[in-house]
Order: sequence, then structure tokens, then C-alpha cells
Amino acid sequence: MSKWMESRGSKLAVLAAGVVILLICMLASVLFGLQQFGLKDLWLAYSQFDGSNEHLILTHTRMPRTLIAAVVGASLAVAGAIMQVLTRNPLASPSIFGINSGAVLFIVVGLALFGSSLTMSTMIGLAFAGAAVTAVFVYALGMQGGGGFEPIRLTLAGACVAAFASSVTSGLILINKQSLESALFWMVGSVSGRELNHLVMVLPYIIAGLLLAFLLSGSLNVMALGDENAKGLGQRLMLIRLLCTAAVVLLAGSAVSAAGPIAFIGLVIPHLCRALVGNDHRWLIPYCAVAGALLLVTADLLSRFVLLPKEVPVGVATALIGVPFLIHVARRKKYA
Amino acid sequence: MPKHRIGKNISLLLTLSIVLVGLSILCLSMGSIAIPIKEVLLSLLGRNTEDSDLIIMQFRLPRILAALLIGAALAVAGSLLQGVIRNSLASPDLLGVTGGASVAVVGFMTLFTGYSIHFVPVIAILGAFVAAALNYGLAWKKGVSTLRLVLIGIGISTAMSALTMFLLISGPAYLAAQVLNWMTGSIYGTNWSYIKALWPWVVVFIPLALLFAKELNVQALGEDVARGLGSRLQLSRLLLLFFSVALAGAAVGIAGTISFIGLLAPHMARRLAGHSYAMVIPVSALLGAIVLLLADLAGRMLFMPLDIPAGVFTAGVGAPFFMYLLFKRKASV
Repeated sequence: MSKWMESRGSKLAVLAAGVVILLICMLASVLFGLQQFGLKDLWLAYSQFDGSNEHLILTHTRMPRTLIAAVVGASLAVAGAIMQVLTRNPLASPSIFGINSGAVLFIVVGLALFGSSLTMSTMIGLAFAGAAVTAVFVYALGMQGGGGFEPIRLTLAGACVAAFASSVTSGLILINKQSLESALFWMVGSVSGRELNHLVMVLPYIIAGLLLAFLLSGSLNVMALGDENAKGLGQRLMLIRLLCTAAVVLLAGSAVSAAGPIAFIGLVIPHLCRALVGNDHRWLIPYCAVAGALLLVTADLLSRFVLLPKEVPVGVATALIGVPFLIHVARRKKYA
Repeated sequence: MPKHRIGKNISLLLTLSIVLVGLSILCLSMGSIAIPIKEVLLSLLGRNTEDSDLIIMQFRLPRILAALLIGAALAVAGSLLQGVIRNSLASPDLLGVTGGASVAVVGFMTLFTGYSIHFVPVIAILGAFVAAALNYGLAWKKGVSTLRLVLIGIGISTAMSALTMFLLISGPAYLAAQVLNWMTGSIYGTNWSYIKALWPWVVVFIPLALLFAKELNVQALGEDVARGLGSRLQLSRLLLLFFSVALAGAAVGIAGTISFIGLLAPHMARRLAGHSYAMVIPVSALLGAIVLLLADLAGRMLFMPLDIPAGVFTAGVGAPFFMYLLFKRKASV
């Protein structure tokens, strides 16, 4: 954390600046792409919708993907920050709970059983159910066994369940090749090709998750000090862990249902934000939300221009933007 | 090490070795053509005069040896890395080894379309080393800190997989199928020339790793303690990382990316044999070999006549066993 970021006012100012930049990038993401639009087109598309191609693109393609990118990016980053405290492992990310692989597994099983008769909304429900069931399973396993809760057991259980679910998924796809096409759509994270009502379906969960995360931020600070200290300071650890898990499931489960598995953001944004604003989660969580949204929105924007006229997967663009930052921060920071 | 522990460890190593040998013989006899175990044994002794000799010696034996060598190499690479980095989520993929190998192979296939597929292992190993060296170089700042190494490793492997994806999308479609096949991690089609390329790596670097087991035990105590005990931290860290990359790189070169083993075989070993690396290394090597052997067997037998890449089943075979180990009460450790 740099010196001038220590005062409350400057933290607030940077956060506000982040929000402004995010809004500008979102506007750019709505306007620019293979076809460019002006502000006037956007205004007309919503005030005097005439059903033309241009208006359709603006309202049905650009606007949904921009909003989805912002919401998903924010959710993943916040979920990642919580995971890293919960497991006490700086390498943890929401996928450690098996959330992504569980969601994809449920989708593939659904496709194998019901074929292409599945509607998009059922699949979103399935993905969310898969994410939740896997996370609850991992959490239950992590809590069992001798010696009470150990972050390492939770982490390993998650890694193991995630690997197992992906293995079953690949097996199912191999023996059931016709489901491959629709399954691939789900296995590569993407914010395009989704509609606004898909976002609306998961939005309540995301809002609940974000609220929960903000409420928990004080407790996260205490938890980061270690179990003994947290207990000594009067924290009800079991309850807080349960609430943390609930927040992660709500956030990351909704994110994977809306956009498929998008890696890297949940892992990397918390690190970048920690370098910027320090370890206080009351600041870290909002910073993560803004930075995560910013990264995914700009990555989505960039993904349209890297290989014109084709689009590259948003994961490629996320790496393109995020990796230099990560390396810079990792090199600058002092590690014990 | 207390006495009862030594006895226990020896019997554990013996049990695992016996399981491994028995399993290998079983794998030699099973397949689309079942061969009686007696003929298998005769073949191994060089006295089989039946037609089955050809199948055993030319097709099944190299493949099974490949599974053993690759499983062991990946597991040891993972143990070394987890010891050096002191993070339970560390695996060879994290240093960019797998990513580097993938980019190199995809790049090679895109740029030099006419060349023989036999170059692929060499190219993959080269890519693995370049990526790991890049990682180490970027993480260097008057010595390498482990967390920085991992974070930069994550950056590099993400960048590498993005680059692979980019090459796949911008390249011709037939290439994508070929590369995806390589990336799933399979050992079918291994012949003796692959084994000849692979065994020196395993035979050299696993014993070297064992020689350094004490050093790993010291490093596991944390940097300050290690320094206090007189460890030449940076040098041994570099050497251990090099061993790990060499083992993982050779395995990836032959088999493509095989997940699970590098990450979880060391943890299985720790649950079974405690935390001393003198035991973790050999036990995880045996476990890695067993898991890959079983995964390959499952790939060959479950959906006959399809031959499913072993990489699909490593987690399917290994995860249930691991979960059992994870959740039975820690009795003696």
C-alpha cells in the first residue's frame, strides 16, 4: 500500500474514481465493437425503439453483455477475497469450492439426460444448483474428521471434488458426443450470447451475496488474524465460516450460472486490491467489487478487437490485461 | 524417526510396490484381447512363443512403463514443488510448466506444419523449461520469494493458456482437434522410443530428489529456521525447482497435460506416511504410478472399443481414494 493511500479520504476518492472509470468503460463497451455507435443512437434506442438492427444490437446484445460482465466480475472478485481469508491460502479462488466444475457437471448431466430440450433458464437453474450442491458437499467434508475445522482440509477437499467433477464431466462428454456442442458453450466462460433476463434471474442472489460480504467484512479482518485470536476477540467462528461460505456460493454460483466458469479474476483481483488498499476488508471488499467489474468489462471490450472480425474468449483478454498487473504487483511487493 | 515408524514405513513401501507390480501384470493381460497371465509372465522372461508375445512386448509393455514413469515423475515433481513453495495448492502447472509446453507444441504445429510429430516431446520439454525460467527470472529480486514465485507463476500460466487459446482460434480447425487431443493427456501410442527418451529423466532426477529430502524437510520449517540451520536457501531452492521442472517437463512432453497427480499424490503420501520428505517422495512416486496405471486401464477397458485418454480418469480413480484418506481420523500421524 502506498503512503498516500493511508487516509480515509484518499481511499474514498480512489474508490469513487474507480466507479467513474468503470461507468465510462461500461459506456464504451455498449458503444464500441464491430459496429460503432454514438451516444445519440443509445438514447434513441431506448427512447424511440424502432426495431432496427442497430437498436436491437444496442439493447439486446451490447447492453446485456456489459451489465453481465460488470456484475459477474464484481461477484467473482468479492467471492475470491472471501475465499482467500476462509482457506487462509493466497492461492484460493471460488473454483476451489468446486463451484465451477460442479456447475458444469450438472449442466452436462442435464444435457445427457434430457438432450437439447433444456431451455436456457433451466440450464441456469441447473448450474446454480450444481454450484450450490458441490460447495455444500465440500464444506461438509471440510468440517468433518478429527481435529475440528482446518483450512487445509477444506482446501484439499475442494481441489479433490473439483478434479473429480471435471473428470466425470469429460467422461460424460466423451461417451455422449452430441451434447458436446452445448456443453462447450458452458465450459468456456463468456459474457456474450446471454440475455438480460438471465442476469435478472440471478441478480437477487448476487445482491444478497454482496450485502452479506459487506456485513462480514469486519469479521473477515478478525478471522485473518487466525483462529485463536478471532476466538479470543469473541468471534463466533462456526457461524462466520458458514456465512462466508454462503456468500461465496451466492456470488460465485450466480456468476458461473450467468457466464460460465471465468477463472483468474477471483484469484487475482484480491491480490491487486490488497496491494492498493491494504488488508482492511471493509475497504478491500468494495475495491474488489469495482476492480473485478472493471477488469471483466474492459476484457470483454478488448476481446472484440484482438482478432477482428472474430471475437476471442473473454478469458484470453482477461489474461492480456490482468497478467501484466499481477506480475508488476508481485515484483513490487515485499514478501517475507 | 521412532522405531515403530520405520517398520511401518517399510511395510507401506513394500505393500505399495507389490500392488504396483501386481497391477502392472494385470494391465498387461487385460485389454481388447485378453491374454492369460501365464503367457504374460513367460513373455516378460523372454520365453513366450505364442502370438501374444508381440502384443505384450510391443504394445502393452511400453504403454504400461510409460504410465509408471510419468505417474511417478509427476507425483515427485509435485512433492518437490509443494515442499519448496510451502503451499498445499502448488502443482507443476502453477509454475507455467504445462502452459509453456502447450504453447510450444501449438506454436510448433502452427508454424511448422510439415514437420514430424516426433519432435513434439522435445518441443514440449523446451517450452516447459523456457516458461519456468521466465517465471524464475521474473520472480528474482535478490533471491526468490516463494509467494512471489507462485503469483508470477499463476500469471504466466494464465498468459500461456490465453496464448494457446489465441493460437488455436486464429489457426486452422484441424489443428485444434490435434492439439486438444495432445492436451487431454494420453499415453496411447507410446512405443519404445518414447520410453528410451523418458527413462533417463526419471532415473536421474527422482534419486536426486531423494538426496535432497533432508533439505526439503528443513525448508518446510520456514525460511528463517532454514537459514538458521545453515541451509543455503536460494541455491537449494533453485536446484529443487529445477528437478521438479525437469520431471514435470519430461512427463508433459510425452503425455500432454495430466492433472490431479502432481497436486494430490503428494497429499495422499503425506496422509499415509507422515511429513518427512524421505518418505513423501518415494510413496508419492508409487501412488502416482498406481493412479496413472489405473486411469489408463479404465480408459482402455470402460468404453471399449473407444480408447479414452488416461488424463480423463486420473481424478476419477484418485479422488475417491484421496477423500477416504482425508476424512478417516488421523490415527497416528
